[in-house]
Amino acid sequence: MKIRFEKREKLHPVWKLLNPVICIVLALLACSFLVIAIGKDPVAAYGKLFSGGFGSAKKLSESILQAIPLMFCALGVSISFKMSINNIGAEGQYVMGAMAATGVALFCPWIPHALVIPAMIIAGFAAGALWAMLAVIPKAFWNVNETIITLMFNYVALLFVDFLLFGAWRDTSLNLNYSPAYPEYAMLPKVFGTRINSAIYIAIIAAVCIYLFFDKTTRGYQIRVIGSSVRAASYAGMNIRTNILIVMLFSGGLAGLAGVAQASGAVGRLQQNFANGTGYTAIIVAYLSKFNPFTVLIVSILFSGLSYGSVATQLVGVPDQVGVVIQGAILIFVLGGEIFSRNRLIITRREKETALAKKGATK
Amino acid sequence: MDWIVSVVAATIGYAAPVLYASLGEIISERAGVLNLGLEGVMLIGAVTGYITAVESGSLALAILATMLAGMLTGLVYAVLTVTLQTNQVVSGLALVTVGTGLSGFFGKPYTAVTGLEGFKNLAIPGLSQIPVLGPMLFKQNVMVYALYILVPLIYVFLYKTRPGLKLRALGENPGALDAAGMNVFGMRYLYVILGNAIVALGGAYFTLAYIPGWQDSITAGKGWIAAALVIFSSWNPAMATVGALIFGGVEVLGLRLQVLFPNIGIPTYFISMLPYVATVLVLILSTGSFRKHRKPGPAALGAFYDREAR
Amino acid sequence: MTQPILEMRGITKRFPGVVANDHVDLTLYPGEIHALLGENGAGKSTLMNVLTGIYAPNEGHIRFKGQPVDLKSPKSAVDLGIGMVHQHFKLIEPLTVAENVFLYSGRCKAMLNTRDMNQCIKECSENLNLKVDPNAKIWQLSVGEQQRVEIIKLLFCGAELMILDEPTAVLTPQETVELFKTLRKMADQGKSVLFITHKLYEVMTFADRITVLRNGRSVDHMLTKDTTRQKLTNLMVGRDVLKVVPERDTAKSTREVLRLENICAMCDKGVPALNGLSLTIYGGEILGIAGVAGNGQRELSEVIAGLRRVTGGKMFLNGKEVTNLSSRDSIKKGIAFVPEDRMGMGLVANLDMVDNAMLRDYDVPPINRKGILNKKEAIRRTESFVKAHDIKNAGIKKPVRLMSGGNLQKLLIAREIHGNPDVVVAAYPVHGLDIGATETIHKVLMEQRARGAAILLISEDLEELFELSDRVAALYEGEVMGIIPIEKVTEEMYTRVGSLMLGDREESAAKEQTGGMAEA
Repeated sequence: MKIRFEKREKLHPVWKLLNPVICIVLALLACSFLVIAIGKDPVAAYGKLFSGGFGSAKKLSESILQAIPLMFCALGVSISFKMSINNIGAEGQYVMGAMAATGVALFCPWIPHALVIPAMIIAGFAAGALWAMLAVIPKAFWNVNETIITLMFNYVALLFVDFLLFGAWRDTSLNLNYSPAYPEYAMLPKVFGTRINSAIYIAIIAAVCIYLFFDKTTRGYQIRVIGSSVRAASYAGMNIRTNILIVMLFSGGLAGLAGVAQASGAVGRLQQNFANGTGYTAIIVAYLSKFNPFTVLIVSILFSGLSYGSVATQLVGVPDQVGVVIQGAILIFVLGGEIFSRNRLIITRREKETALAKKGATK
Repeated sequence: MDWIVSVVAATIGYAAPVLYASLGEIISERAGVLNLGLEGVMLIGAVTGYITAVESGSLALAILATMLAGMLTGLVYAVLTVTLQTNQVVSGLALVTVGTGLSGFFGKPYTAVTGLEGFKNLAIPGLSQIPVLGPMLFKQNVMVYALYILVPLIYVFLYKTRPGLKLRALGENPGALDAAGMNVFGMRYLYVILGNAIVALGGAYFTLAYIPGWQDSITAGKGWIAAALVIFSSWNPAMATVGALIFGGVEVLGLRLQVLFPNIGIPTYFISMLPYVATVLVLILSTGSFRKHRKPGPAALGAFYDREAR
Repeated sequence: MTQPILEMRGITKRFPGVVANDHVDLTLYPGEIHALLGENGAGKSTLMNVLTGIYAPNEGHIRFKGQPVDLKSPKSAVDLGIGMVHQHFKLIEPLTVAENVFLYSGRCKAMLNTRDMNQCIKECSENLNLKVDPNAKIWQLSVGEQQRVEIIKLLFCGAELMILDEPTAVLTPQETVELFKTLRKMADQGKSVLFITHKLYEVMTFADRITVLRNGRSVDHMLTKDTTRQKLTNLMVGRDVLKVVPERDTAKSTREVLRLENICAMCDKGVPALNGLSLTIYGGEILGIAGVAGNGQRELSEVIAGLRRVTGGKMFLNGKEVTNLSSRDSIKKGIAFVPEDRMGMGLVANLDMVDNAMLRDYDVPPINRKGILNKKEAIRRTESFVKAHDIKNAGIKKPVRLMSGGNLQKLLIAREIHGNPDVVVAAYPVHGLDIGATETIHKVLMEQRARGAAILLISEDLEELFELSDRVAALYEGEVMGIIPIEKVTEEMYTRVGSLMLGDREESAAKEQTGGMAEA
């Protein structure tokens, strides 16, 4: 038997839509075998998972609340990936943003209360942006691969925040690695009686801005060109270095906003393991959304629903890590499925081939 | 003197898991397949080794199971990147996510399980009596001794044998090998699977040799450091050994100095940052464009091979 | 007649939207040199890829030495003794010559022994006059030497049928003669040689028999002695072609547009590629650049376009010094550049036609309105390009990677000449294009010349250069060996430029003088 792919020019739009759906179903199917492997009922586990994530208005709104930092991080990641900059440092940029916001909320008593939230947003954006730009300076100036460097910066950022939480910023009245709680005026207002905070408006506005930026501005155009072909970009006289720094400014800034949103919208303080892998999940979300900002918003909610719902799977004896496994599996299956939208799969049997050859020979 | 000996001995122990992962990745990248999912593969290896050891009581079986699990991840990764032609950076991240999730999923019941013996340091009779060198090199555990064989083995294979020559060519110009009638796809599968088996051993080092036990994300980013080391080493196993020792040394010295001078005032957190900061510096210094003689990696690294590409 | 070594019957290979081979027949005998002749896009390379097992044919069958064979993969072809020297060599650059050869040959054991390997190669290369140092790394070799390594490789694999895809594209006329001497020797030893070309001259001089392909079909085959150049041309093109040399005024322009003085520059590897090159291009002329690929053509074009910094020398545009302009400024000052690799440098594969059409002007009005793109203007402009040059497309909002080479090049050149640039640098502008697109591109270049632009045309095809250029400069190792004004194209011109391309400056300088005197 021989398997090969043949390029195809057009794909029926129904297939185009169906392709990722089939991949996601396959991913869920594959993960159900894991549940079976530990001797539990996959139907019950998935039932808990989905009802836990999306089962009621309350649960859905909780999922949306938890999706907010993911949205910011994934929006940030998607603009850097759009320029083919593999920024896998959203985790660290997120934490740096939260740290800066906390610094403003707790240690700048001279700022008028009404201006604290705007100041936190600016500080969070700036901290994320600076951390991101610092990580790509080697790329911009000496063409050093950014993938691993942005990642290393995550560990440094997390350790730095731990250093603050175990020392200067620790709330000594608690026996936990927490900062003191934010004052009331440093907390973002909620959206109509839900627990969702108003940072979601900022996320939606950011998505619209990103869309317009890439579609309508010369800067966005440059980034699209650079992302597709650096050689073509230098041919057209685009400054690669400036654009790398600009992209990372926004990419990191958005991740920094995730920190602000989470700290001042949901948690109300800085604590250890604050980002908890959101920066990495964001990469999956961005990729699955094909870097489209609006899709990012929706996929973020789906993914945070999976995480939030997976807590409930423990009720039927399935470890909550099943949520992460499903997220990873979806990415794997969608990645693997992409080729089928570009190619036709051709499977021929060897016997048939040789038969054909013989038939041809006797002609 | 004793202090130096113990630092060097500890350094070797710290370098070992990273070196396993780097060696595996060198094999895979030499074949032209970039695998950034080392962290995930190591975690899967770590949890598989630990569960097998706890359940069967046999360390040999644990190592075997670890390698099989690594090969399975290699198979999945090869299907993705070689056959299905996926983006290798993103696929690597997917492998990290899945590895983190799966290891946590299956490892959950074992987080509280302790008391496994694990690989203990064994003094090799005779060799360990050599002054200075003996206690440095030959009072280690079996997984370290295995590296003493593995590193030269991979080196000789790569540079002195015909299959090794093919492997080097594979990452440079797969089209050339294909045109000459060699099975590019088969070889890539083989080396990705083989490479991942070795990477998985690096994970098992944490749960079987270092401090026997399991906890979520026990590898703590060592997989990523290994990926960086591969670049630093110019895809050469001997240089990877040097690199791994440098990183192990940084880590050990950080801890030891703290013990020696508790009043020096450098908090642990900054010392823990050292390996990561060192990785960044090494990457910049070894691959920055300001260098006159850069050694770029395998030319076809990260690109899938499509025979009918026009 | 002896039994043919190879028979291909009714080979058909389809790609999405194209039938590259349509029932092609090819027969080859032992001990002959056979030419596969056809235009670019006639299906020659596809047919060879079928024969070497790289592409699986949709229909047809192949017999080798009388036996039906199933070429499932390159391995089955190699096992049979079918070997190919591809146009882009399949060599591993960081490895040595010996390593490259022994990579494929079963003649060595599992452990490598450098001395034995080198000895083997020395014997083989001396035997066939294929001189090459077995210890050299591939990237250190010249293109001609690399070709020799490829041939040695085939011999070591035991190839009986050797295919050479456009083997002379990278050679000087003199090197070509040497190559065919070696090939003849191998044919005399009973091997079969099949070479692919579109150059009539080579076919008539070196081949025993010829098969002609046109539009994916094999239209005819014959012995070389039974045919003529004119007959072959008609077969290749499918209509009677009268070479119409575009009309051009002979009035010499004296308006100097671009002047290079002692330009030095490095190539990507950091080795000097241009060594004190001086040139002047006048308005309303085409200056052709002849030379074997890799003698500084790429660097020269990139220096003019502001993509490569010079390490010495000066460049003047309309009398003003413009040395080391940025590419942005050189676009603004009216230097157009049609680069060698149109996809990857000149065009962005994943972006649509509109985005590609504004790559040059994206940040100047009217496309750029204070940072906002004027899409309407960009679309209008794209549509005008499509109309003016008859660019076939699947929709101007579709990624350009779906377009054919000819249409891509039309889009690229339309964009570059938009806004009437003073200088047009065109590097291999018709490479790989069919005859229709080639004619369009040539017409556009002549129009630009008539408009008064200074045009630098780089090509490996001397016929093209002689046809279009007012003067031809020969480049060798980053220097201009001599400049020859083109008035009448004779056989002697070919040898003259050929020897210049080989770096024979003294002889050429003498000729230049006598030529100059004759003109005077």
